[in-house]
Amino acid sequence: MSHADTMPKPRRNVELLLLVLALSVSIGANALISIDEQTSLDTDFWFQSSLLAVASLVFHVVLRLRAKYADPVILPLVVALNGLGLAMIHRLDAPGDDTGNNQLRWTVIAMAVAIAVIWFLKDHRVLRRFTYISLAVSALLLILPLVPGISAGEILGARVWIRLGPMTFQPGEVAKITLAIFFAGYLSSNRDLIMLAGRKIGPMQFPRFKDMGPMITAWLVSIGVLIFQRDLGSSVLFFGLFIVMIYVATSRISWVVIGLTLILGGGFVASKVFSHVGLRIDSWLNAFTEEVFGRSPGGSGQIVEGLFGMASGGLVGTGLGQGRPNLVPFANSDMIIASFGEELGLIGLFAIVMMYLLLFTRGFRAALGTRDAFGKLLACGLSFAVALQCFVVIGGVTRLIPLTGLTTPFLAAGGSSLLANWIIVGLLLMISHTARGPVDTSPMQPGRTPEAQKPAPVTAAGSRQDRNTTQTLPDAPTEAVKHL
Amino acid sequence: MNQAIRHSWIAAIAMFALIFGAISYVQVVGADELKANPWNRRAILQNYCNDRGAILVGGSAIAESVPGNESCKFQRRYNQPELYAGLTGYFSRSYGVTGLESAMDAQLAGSADQLFFDRIGQLFLGNQPKGASVELTIDPKIQKLAYDLIPDGQRGSIVVTDPKTGNILAMVSKPSYDPNLIASQDVSKEQAAYNAAIKVPGINLNPSVSGPTGALLAPGSVFKLVDTAAALKSGKYNADSVLPNPAQMSFPGIQYQLPNYAGGNCYTRNTASFAFALQQSCNTPFASIARDLGEKAIAEQASKFGFNSDLGDQLKLDYARSIFPSNLDDAGLAQSAIGQRDVRATPLQIAVMTSAIANSGVQMAPNLIKAVRSPDLRVIDEPKPVALRTSTTPEIAGQITEWMTSVVSEGIGSGAAVPGVEVAGKTGTAELGDGLNNSWFTGFAPANDPQVSVTVVMQGVDITAGAQLTSPNAKRIFEAVLNK
Repeated sequence: MSHADTMPKPRRNVELLLLVLALSVSIGANALISIDEQTSLDTDFWFQSSLLAVASLVFHVVLRLRAKYADPVILPLVVALNGLGLAMIHRLDAPGDDTGNNQLRWTVIAMAVAIAVIWFLKDHRVLRRFTYISLAVSALLLILPLVPGISAGEILGARVWIRLGPMTFQPGEVAKITLAIFFAGYLSSNRDLIMLAGRKIGPMQFPRFKDMGPMITAWLVSIGVLIFQRDLGSSVLFFGLFIVMIYVATSRISWVVIGLTLILGGGFVASKVFSHVGLRIDSWLNAFTEEVFGRSPGGSGQIVEGLFGMASGGLVGTGLGQGRPNLVPFANSDMIIASFGEELGLIGLFAIVMMYLLLFTRGFRAALGTRDAFGKLLACGLSFAVALQCFVVIGGVTRLIPLTGLTTPFLAAGGSSLLANWIIVGLLLMISHTARGPVDTSPMQPGRTPEAQKPAPVTAAGSRQDRNTTQTLPDAPTEAVKHL
Repeated sequence: MNQAIRHSWIAAIAMFALIFGAISYVQVVGADELKANPWNRRAILQNYCNDRGAILVGGSAIAESVPGNESCKFQRRYNQPELYAGLTGYFSRSYGVTGLESAMDAQLAGSADQLFFDRIGQLFLGNQPKGASVELTIDPKIQKLAYDLIPDGQRGSIVVTDPKTGNILAMVSKPSYDPNLIASQDVSKEQAAYNAAIKVPGINLNPSVSGPTGALLAPGSVFKLVDTAAALKSGKYNADSVLPNPAQMSFPGIQYQLPNYAGGNCYTRNTASFAFALQQSCNTPFASIARDLGEKAIAEQASKFGFNSDLGDQLKLDYARSIFPSNLDDAGLAQSAIGQRDVRATPLQIAVMTSAIANSGVQMAPNLIKAVRSPDLRVIDEPKPVALRTSTTPEIAGQITEWMTSVVSEGIGSGAAVPGVEVAGKTGTAELGDGLNNSWFTGFAPANDPQVSVTVVMQGVDITAGAQLTSPNAKRIFEAVLNK
């Protein structure tokens, strides 16, 4: 292995190349739609395309300046997904609708916020200091939609929106991030304690009851979201996020077992006690019975129409602008996956799902590469949250699991979701920057971090693993302060 | 920790594997089933703008595709729309496809197997798809006459068939509607027309619940033909039998008394022959036959005439099964025997029952389709007469015919008499309460060589209007068919 191989490479030019590719995919999609709708390539099209391109390139330049070792694949993937979403939303707009432009506005705002996060935060480890503030913020965000005056009331059966002037906002999307920060901070501080104590039953070591506190808290939060906000999707997402993070923190499979038991038990009780959960499950199992199909609200019409759309798309799809995705309710938000399935076919939808797969894989890669436990937990949690969210949404649309109200990251129409997911991208980029960047040459303090004592895992990508063996202590809070 | 991160990644990948599987199932494996689902509007919309075949009556189109506007190359047009609405149904973007448009969709759209080579040709020549045309057995003159014989504002149906072939020569009902308005391609106009139409009671929008094939009406005294056939078949009765004919019939243990028919001369005798009982339509002789033979014998004969049974595959239109109830008590059986209580028959059912008597006891499957022709006028389907079932023996049919002839020549059906022709007939007056009745006439002519059977029902009329609108109208149809 030559010296040059072990030197970290910024790879920003690769990113630029991929970015151009991503932009040509999304702008090309938009162009196809504009031509098909016989609006030709009007000023709207050029304005929208150039705005997306400029915003992406600005993001790229910011990375060059502030996080030049960031993963070069993440930004192009997200730009491509967001651009495809914009094109589809624009395509689904009935004459007079403005969802497409609204989504574009939110895209620019979300990218600006993500840039601001990278620019001002500089290092993700700073966030560790906000562990308990994050908890408070999460609680506040989750309670807001229930507060009279701020709450936008019950929309489509769920109470997850708040009213901000003329707009509505879903604070739960942002709570996903703050909860991840809290879990990462709390677990990275207390993992030794949680990990070492406990009783062994069979092959599994179970935690002490008093260490179950955070698990119970997370469970209560999830159940609370389910009961008070009637949001099954977010409930599953929050709890899944927590299970993964505590599993990664402790490497104990027992946590997963306990967590799954709790969520299945809670879910079972909820399906019996709360009609909205029961209806979801009923319209999943009995989607093709006449009574359930025609029921409103809570019927299976939406799922079944989506399935019809995807079936008509078949292998290669009808072509953008050629199908009838508008027959599906919420074709541009909850059911946007069905719209893509119809018009781009199995092949196009596989490509989109593959982009998500690559995206969260790069996130996990950053988690592996970064050297601080907080960063590992945060990157892993956020990446898994993206994957889980995709699973819950796409699984719901394809009738693999009951349909819930989660949004498809980056694709679906909705400002809060875009904002939250772009912030996640910003955080992942920052973590990948520290993961891939040159190692801090602070004094060695061997034997303090558990993972530093283990032999480096043998993988093909040797360069970054090599750096693990330098046994620095990047997890120390002092380091983060030093960077400031 | 890194090991746990890898495990989490594997879990995420496993979720995505499930997603890939689910998408493949929906879009490829299960796609055909979803496409064939009757709730799937995409198939209709797919060929909505294609050049469909015409529905023809007597060589001219009653439903045809004509050049449409820019957004849709072809538009469905219905000629003499109200006259034929009950047969054609509509081909609507908003409300789907009904009637023959739906039943013959494969032929009209050109997707039937017989049209495979035509489709291949169209594919290579680049022609717009053109479907087969469907020619009906309807005689346009008789259809028009029958339709005009029902006064506007009167609910009623007339069915004219050829008893030897089962071919339907005319089948009309009022109120009717204009399918052009429901298939206008203008969604708001379609909705307005549809919403106005469904408010009209008894409108023939759906052939399985209204109109000649779907309206389930109390048949009244025409059901006595079933009792007569059952009585003769049992061997307990013959042409010389003397039937009890009390003015009222009482039942042990209950107050109810079944009265004789007030309109005729029944009160003049305490006993009656079959001929007299049928001529004057006396109730108590048939009630006593039913009580004597038992429910099973009457039900068996009813089903041989088509009650509680299917009407064959030739009809194509949706229809309702006529009903003879089961588990009757003594009084219930007596009332059912005179076509009251819960006995229900469609006008078409009474027509096929009469036709079976006319055709020496052999019931022919009712048939609407004369021929299906490919776009190059090649005949691809020409339904042959099909015997549906044997309803009774030729001897019994002959005997009943003789008595039915006397109903018209000497009894209360004299209004149907045609000079120079022996007409066989039976009237019915099913009481609805408030002095209103369903007034029936069913019969055929000439009695010795039946060419035509006519069934007329007028709903919700008083005795006088009923007498004027049934037998005399049947006479005019007999004359029109026989003298042409």
